[in-house]
Parts: sequence; structure tokens; C-alpha cells
Amino acid sequence: MSALQAHLPALQVIVPMLTAPLVILVKERRLCWAATLLASLCALAIAVSLCIDVLNGDYIRYLMGSWPAPWGIELKVDAFSALLLLIVNGASSLALLGATASIDRDIESSRQPLFYAAWLLALAGLNGILVTADAFNIFVFMEISALASYVLIAAGPNRRALPAVFKYLIMGTIGATFYLIGVGLIYLMTGTLNIADMELRIHGVADQRPILVAAGFITVGLALKAAVFPLHIWLPNAYTYAPNMVTVFLAACATKVSLYILLRIDFFVFQQNLSGHDFQFSYFLMPLSLLAILIASAVAMFEPNLKRLLAWSSVAQIGYITLGASLVSVAGLTASLLHMFNHALAKGALFLVLACLGMSLRHLRIDNIAGIAKQMPWTMAAFVLAGLSLIGVPGTAGFISKWYLITAALDSGPWGPALIAVIIISSLMAVVYIWRIVEIAYFKPADEQAADNQEGVSEAPLLLLLATWIAVALNFYFGLSAAIPVELADSAARILMGHMR
Amino acid sequence: MALLELYHYWVFAVLLMIGFYAVIAKLNLIKKLIGLSLFQAAVFLLYITMGKVEGGTAPIFVDGAIDQLYSNPLPQVLILTAIVVGISTLALGLSIVVRIQEEYDTIEEHEIQEIDRQ
Repeated sequence: MSALQAHLPALQVIVPMLTAPLVILVKERRLCWAATLLASLCALAIAVSLCIDVLNGDYIRYLMGSWPAPWGIELKVDAFSALLLLIVNGASSLALLGATASIDRDIESSRQPLFYAAWLLALAGLNGILVTADAFNIFVFMEISALASYVLIAAGPNRRALPAVFKYLIMGTIGATFYLIGVGLIYLMTGTLNIADMELRIHGVADQRPILVAAGFITVGLALKAAVFPLHIWLPNAYTYAPNMVTVFLAACATKVSLYILLRIDFFVFQQNLSGHDFQFSYFLMPLSLLAILIASAVAMFEPNLKRLLAWSSVAQIGYITLGASLVSVAGLTASLLHMFNHALAKGALFLVLACLGMSLRHLRIDNIAGIAKQMPWTMAAFVLAGLSLIGVPGTAGFISKWYLITAALDSGPWGPALIAVIIISSLMAVVYIWRIVEIAYFKPADEQAADNQEGVSEAPLLLLLATWIAVALNFYFGLSAAIPVELADSAARILMGHMR
Repeated sequence: MALLELYHYWVFAVLLMIGFYAVIAKLNLIKKLIGLSLFQAAVFLLYITMGKVEGGTAPIFVDGAIDQLYSNPLPQVLILTAIVVGISTLALGLSIVVRIQEEYDTIEEHEIQEIDRQ
């Protein structure tokens, strides 16, 4: 057991990556699904085990092929990466658990093995980004996960998925290439790709122009991949036209992993070495975060397509995450990381509800769901509860992170009250767009057209409903006893801030 | 003259911007992908040129050669990986364009938007 224990960081990537080709060989779609789910659950178990090991602020190092660190590739898991590993593998497992019925509907059975293989590759890529300590390795894994997720999104049943995914491909590649330019410039100045080694060596050449340019390229490139406002335009359509289960998976974790790289590189390499970088970081990120929170929430209030509505809300929620980070303090970062976790829970649950609705409705438009709560009581009840968590009602996970964010904003100086006002206004906007759906689904009688669309509507399949309710239950569990994510987020924030002088 | 001595950076920057311009300004999806490839190729050149050591040869160790100067092989290895990534991206992009042509009967961005608006 202990021999296996030592290899967990590598297995985190290898298990999904090696299951992918096996799934293609299997051909039988239910067997493929079972193998994919099993691999994903294995990866989740590994992530949980890693989390337990790093909970006290320690980190685990693993030398690939036993080559010593700056020369060979090093894997490194600390509280920050463990938190994200938990999000990614949890979201993938939960989405897969309920996936069969929805995927049968969206994707023809002969293509399903390939679809599951792409899913596993996306998972392997995301895990790879999180465990590696090598800047170039991050680029390679970023492209593995990106290419796999383009394939997943392009599998969407509507033809509009294709232009949407093309746009995502162009923007994603530009973002990744910007990151590559930045890493290249740092390598030019320091001769190293290992992040820890970079941190030491960059000190001698800091504040020279190539390093500043590198910081710019890396920040903008990753902001593009993370859909930081106003670089988010690829996101709404990509999420809207992807197959429903893919949206559950990607909305819960893909952009957050890009934010992870942004924070890791920024706080480990740049913050303490470039003078005034913390101000520049704040002044760059804070206005964009506030605009994202306000504008994206406002757009969501008027959006008739349910999936796009939640996608816009995601853009706003990314704003909360970057707002916390832009405060550059332990409290702010804790709030930011905590919100990554809690938003993944809430948005994952909401998109699962939409997958339930999508089982019987062809068009997920707001006027089609009038009165649907009568036919699908369990689904809509899950929507209400997950919606409460997104809004941030006390007792839910969403409340915990907003509470931390408000506390952090209070301590942030003269701007504090303004930030809090923005957070509260946007929470009220969330009340509006969630309530709009609830009101129509519960209280509006179905008109002729809606009744036409709802013919033969019945409750969603059991497995999908089960996954949805597990997600909802987790929202309340982590709302009432938040000790584990708070502890992880807090030690991750301390690790990040510990690198500042 | 110092500016001209750094000509390989100029090549990198100009190529990068030509590619970037094509991605943004061209409406034809294939042309966009050509621009994207050019954009990536510029970055490959940045890496390749940084590995060159003046007077250095290929890093192959030969018996008896003691004071030999070698070029840095690492950037070339890195870029080999990045080229593979670039090819995969291009292949995936082109296959999406083929699917768009099948579904929309056009690969002009504004025409696709026009069709989607209806």
C-alpha cells in the first residue's frame, strides 16, 4: 500500500490517461461508461487521499523517472492543487454518474466510446496541470485538456455547437500560445522551467523588460483561457451548445483550472520579484472583476435560453473568484479559492438540473418550462435548492464563500464598502434570474405552445436525478459544516501569500 | 545597428503579428487557421533561436572533443512537443471547418452568423 501511496501524484494523471485508449477498444457503450466512471472514481479517491496528506500545509513531491528536480520534471501537490483536484475529479465523477441517459440522447451510440475517451483525456489533462511543477509541462497538459474539451463540445446535438467550438478553439489556442511566449521569455532569462527554481533564479534578473513582458503575456493568455471579463466571449455559446453533461463537467472546473495556473505562476514567480506587482495585479484584475460581476449578472437577468443564462452567471461568478484574488491578502485568497469550490458545487448542481430538463424538453428556453414543476417536481425542487446556494442564502455552500469574500473586502481598505455594495447588488441580481425561472416553472400555467413542447414530459431518469440530488445535498453539507474546504482554502492561501516578501 | 543585430526577434515579432492579424481580420475560417498556424510558428522560432549558442555545434558528445561548444538542445525538444500540439490543433480546427461546411454550406464567418440569426 505504501509503495502505491508514493506514486499517487503520477497515478492521478495516468489512470484516466491510460483508460482512454482502453475505452475506445471496448466498443460496448455501457461498458465504456462503466470503465470511464470507474477511472474517474479512482481519480477522485486518489485526490481525496492526496487532500488528506496535504491538509496540514505540507506538500508531496514526486520526481518523474527519479530525475532530480530542476533537470527532470517534478510533480508537486500542495493544498492549492489538492483543492482543485477535488473539484475537478468530483465534478467529473458526479457528471458521469448521471450521464448515461443524457448522453444516449445527445450522442449516437457508435460514437460514444470516442466521446468517453475524449472525456478521460480532458480529465487527465486537467489533473496533469494541477500536479505538475513544470511550466512547460503545464502548457502541454493545458493543450491536452483543451483539445479534448473542443471535441466534447463539438459533440453537441445542435449545429451551432460547431461555430461556437471553432471560436473557442481560436481563442483557447491564442491564450495557450501567449502563455507559451511568456514561459519562453522567462526561460530565456533564467534557463529553467521548474516553477520553484524559477522563483529563485528570477530574482537576479527581475524588473528587466523581458520578465515584465513575460508577466503580461502569461497574465493575459491565462485570463483569456479563464474567461475573465472581457475575454469571456467564447464561453456563453460554448457552454450553451455543448452536450448537457459536458456543460456540467466543464462549467464546474475548466475555467477554474486556468485561474489556478494564473494564481500559481503569479504568486510564486512574479509577486515577490517585481516591484509594485501586487498593485498592478490588483488594478488589472479588480475593475475587470467588478465589471464581470455587474454586467454578466445583468445580461443573465434578460436571457431567455436557460443554459446561456447560467453560462452568463458563470462569467459573473468568475468575477467573484478574481475579485477575491485581486485583494492580494490571505483573507481575499481564501475567499477566492473557497468560491472556486462552492461555485463548482452550485453551478454543477444547476447544470445537472438543466440536463434533467433536457431529457424531456427539446429547447431549454424559459417560455417552454411554464408550469413544468407539476410534471417534474423533484427536478425543480433541486433547482430551487441549488439556486439558493448560487444566490448565497445562509445554510448553503454559496453563503460561506460570499461571507468570506465580504469579510475580506471589509479589511481591504477604503474601497471595502464599495466592493461589498457590488457583491450585494449582484447577489440581488442572482435572486432575480433564479426567481424568474422558479416563478415560471411553478406558478405560470403552461400556454398552448409550452403545453405542446411538454407533451409526454415525465420526471428525469433515476440515475440522473440521483446525481443531481447528491450535488444539491453536497451544497447543504458544505454549507453547514464547511471545515474541510475552508481549511484547504486557508492553507492554500497561506502558501500563496507565503511566497510574498 | 544594434536593432538589426537582433533580427531574429524582429522576425518573431513580425511573423507573430501577421498571424494574429489574419486570425482577427479574416472572415474565411481556413484563412483564420492559416493565421493561427503562422502565429504558433513564430513562437517556435522564438524558442529555436534562443537555443543557439554562437559557434556551438549539435550537442552530440564525441570522444576526444573536450573544449567543444554545444548549442542548447532543450528548447528544440520543447518545440518538438509544441509542434505536435500545433499540428493537432490545426487538424482538429480543419475537421471542425469540414463539419461546418457540411452543416452550413459555407465557411465564411459572417454568412454563418447570418444563417444562425434566422
